[in-house]
Amino acid sequence: MRAAEALARAGLKPIVLDEAERPGGQVYRQPPVAVGRFSSAIYGFEAHKADAIHRVLADCRDRVDYRPGTLVWNLFGDRLDLLTRDGHAEQRFDRLILATGAMDRSLPFPGWTLPGVFTLGGAQIALKAQGVSIGRRVAFVGAGPLLPLVTHQYAKAGVDVVAALDATPFGAKVAQARGLLASPATFAKGLWYTARNRLHGVDVKHGIQSLRVEGDTHVETLVWRDAAGAEHHVACDAVGASFGLRAEAQLADLAGCRFAFAPDSRQWFPERSAEGRSSVAGVYLAGDGARIGGADVAELQGARTALAVLEDLGRAVDRREVARLDRALAQQARFRQALDAAYPFPRHLLDAIGDGEIVCRCEGITAGTLRQAARDKEAREVNRAKALTRIGMGRCQGRVCGEAAAELLAHACGSELQDVGRLRGQPPVKPIPIAVARLGVRSLENAAGALAESAAR
Amino acid sequence: MSERLQVDVTIIGGGIAGCAAAVALRGAGLTVALLDKGLCGAGASGVNFGGVRQQGRDLAELPLARRARPLWDRLNERLGEDVEFHASGHLKIARAEAEMAELERHAKAAADHGLRLQLLGANEVRSELPWLGAEVVGGSLCAEDGHANPRVVGPAFARLARRLGADVREHAAATSAASTGSGFETRSERLAIKSRFLVNCAGVGAGKVAAWFGEDVPLTPQVPNMLVTEPLPFFITRSIGVCGGGVYLRQIARGNAILGGGAGWGDATSDRSRPLTAVSLAAMTKALAIVPALAGAHVIRTWTGIDGQMPDHIPVIGFSATTPNLVHAFGFSGHGFQLGPVVGEIIAELITQGRSTSPLAPFAIDRFANPASIEPASAVGSEQ
Repeated sequence: MRAAEALARAGLKPIVLDEAERPGGQVYRQPPVAVGRFSSAIYGFEAHKADAIHRVLADCRDRVDYRPGTLVWNLFGDRLDLLTRDGHAEQRFDRLILATGAMDRSLPFPGWTLPGVFTLGGAQIALKAQGVSIGRRVAFVGAGPLLPLVTHQYAKAGVDVVAALDATPFGAKVAQARGLLASPATFAKGLWYTARNRLHGVDVKHGIQSLRVEGDTHVETLVWRDAAGAEHHVACDAVGASFGLRAEAQLADLAGCRFAFAPDSRQWFPERSAEGRSSVAGVYLAGDGARIGGADVAELQGARTALAVLEDLGRAVDRREVARLDRALAQQARFRQALDAAYPFPRHLLDAIGDGEIVCRCEGITAGTLRQAARDKEAREVNRAKALTRIGMGRCQGRVCGEAAAELLAHACGSELQDVGRLRGQPPVKPIPIAVARLGVRSLENAAGALAESAAR
Repeated sequence: MSERLQVDVTIIGGGIAGCAAAVALRGAGLTVALLDKGLCGAGASGVNFGGVRQQGRDLAELPLARRARPLWDRLNERLGEDVEFHASGHLKIARAEAEMAELERHAKAAADHGLRLQLLGANEVRSELPWLGAEVVGGSLCAEDGHANPRVVGPAFARLARRLGADVREHAAATSAASTGSGFETRSERLAIKSRFLVNCAGVGAGKVAAWFGEDVPLTPQVPNMLVTEPLPFFITRSIGVCGGGVYLRQIARGNAILGGGAGWGDATSDRSRPLTAVSLAAMTKALAIVPALAGAHVIRTWTGIDGQMPDHIPVIGFSATTPNLVHAFGFSGHGFQLGPVVGEIIAELITQGRSTSPLAPFAIDRFANPASIEPASAVGSEQ
């Protein structure tokens, strides 16, 4: 929205293709219809930011062509394939800003496919957008700043939060305190969430060594081992668990953007210059889809990227605004570096995964099958492992299991994570109904052209 | 300084044909080195539809397809793993009386090669396969045809070749090959291999290899446009093709329906290829007309890859016309998957005996020297 706003301000009329029905992305996701809840109740401290983002469209009115409910399912050359309410459509572009965001990084653990296990982000969206809780007695597990936040939001909503477990050590946070102070407001909010969580009787436990979920047909118990090695059993009917975020970078991949491995967060990101340019001319990257930075960074980066687009179009840009954004982004980068270090990747959970555990839930592929492919079938690269075992080949196309599969494969091969590569993006980015073909192809550009023509007559 | 090898046979290209040749040559006691530009079985051998099909082929190919078919029954045992071969039967559908007549003609000709095809009228085809769409007026069933998983066959052959002692080098593209008088020297970036024989199984790259020996072949890229749905309850009991081509589909035990038709975009030089949306949508529409019950399914992935195609849609298999001890096997034009295992055997025959028991005259590389002599393909329709 910040990119669209900056472009509109400069006199362009950007098209915004949004998979959601209303603007706001994941962090400022709005309920599907006006439900009469105050934004302060939904977004807490961030209500003013959420309101500001939601207001962008109203402020820009007809200077932004906003198209909700539109899934961009493929990108080839200068053309986007869209799934809209009316069927398939195409959209050509001369400049493209990909702001595709991030999703929870899932890791397998015993019981992770039981009904009642959600991701932290999923649990948060349920509460934020739908006003529902994932359960009555809820346990949360995480390895990132989402954990204390979701815990706080659930406790505040009156849900019985029976455990909040951080898979990363407390010492890592202490060690990064200095760097985290690069964003004092965020740091203060973190402390406040922790204090409020304590007040609600939820103390986040750090450095948990193992976890599993037990239950017959549904979540019944969360079993975990604390930093000292003691085992705990907690009765619950829902679990929210995920371990940091992963970029949703499939469209950047299909655009042919060059990717680089980020050792700190152990994932691949499309390369992005400080200004927001990708390695492909005309394609720009903003937000968490190119590097996990969080909502504030996404706003800054969105605005900065729009200015890069304007520069590349030969338009005059406000140099002071550029300097302001660059300074703010540099400050945020220091904070982010500390945050990444405060929440290191909890690979001990993966190392403990038994051969019988499902890694790819779409296809029911176990860790044992993956390890066997590495051992007996020369699978030393994730796409080869996918071809031989079907891992990452199901409905989600590896969006859920891809990172865990790569970690397990690298471990089984005794190689570095970056050496097993990353799953190639293949369209569609998300499943599309086969029946969409019967509705015929509609070119939005042509439709717009026809309208203009008939208006001219 | 590059590593030096000396072997009896160098094979360029680690698709099914090249790897099967390595296996057969090791069986005959020859030493073998194989070079692949990427991973073995990841090219056309790995991205195709997976049809193990005899019917509908060019009659020149039928003797090879007939000889290949029993190999598939023994492939799991031979390779030591499950390649998911399923003799589901292959039904070629007619949507008009003229198409039915064409199927009848093909059935008669195929019978001369010992391939029994069963012609089904509208009532028969509908009673056997009640889920077929209204436009189907009949079909030709080849009960012994079927399908297998193309992603696993090539890699399994490559590993078997390795176990048998072949020196299989991956991520080692051949950069040059030349006669040395007594044999060949083939180079990759880090390797120089001397050999008595050279085999060109380089798929779409085979034209370049042939050109190193002064043979100009009209090989063009062929880019199958493939799609797969989410898993569905199993009901598509036969592998399905359509008279005149256009679309083909099958359902695997896991439940996914795999369909293809038309060509995607491909660039052989950069080895890049992509499915084309318009082609995918057309294949989806055609598939829905034949199997209306797919209407509720989602497409979860599309893909493609690059095969080599000849103007008459049948491959080049046999000795070079310019260079002794050089063997070509390429240009399978989108239907080499079923033939792969037997082509490996034929290559080994050519090298060890100087001739093959299968009739290879139609596949001679110099058939294009005089363009007027090229017969139009007699196949009923192209389909992997």
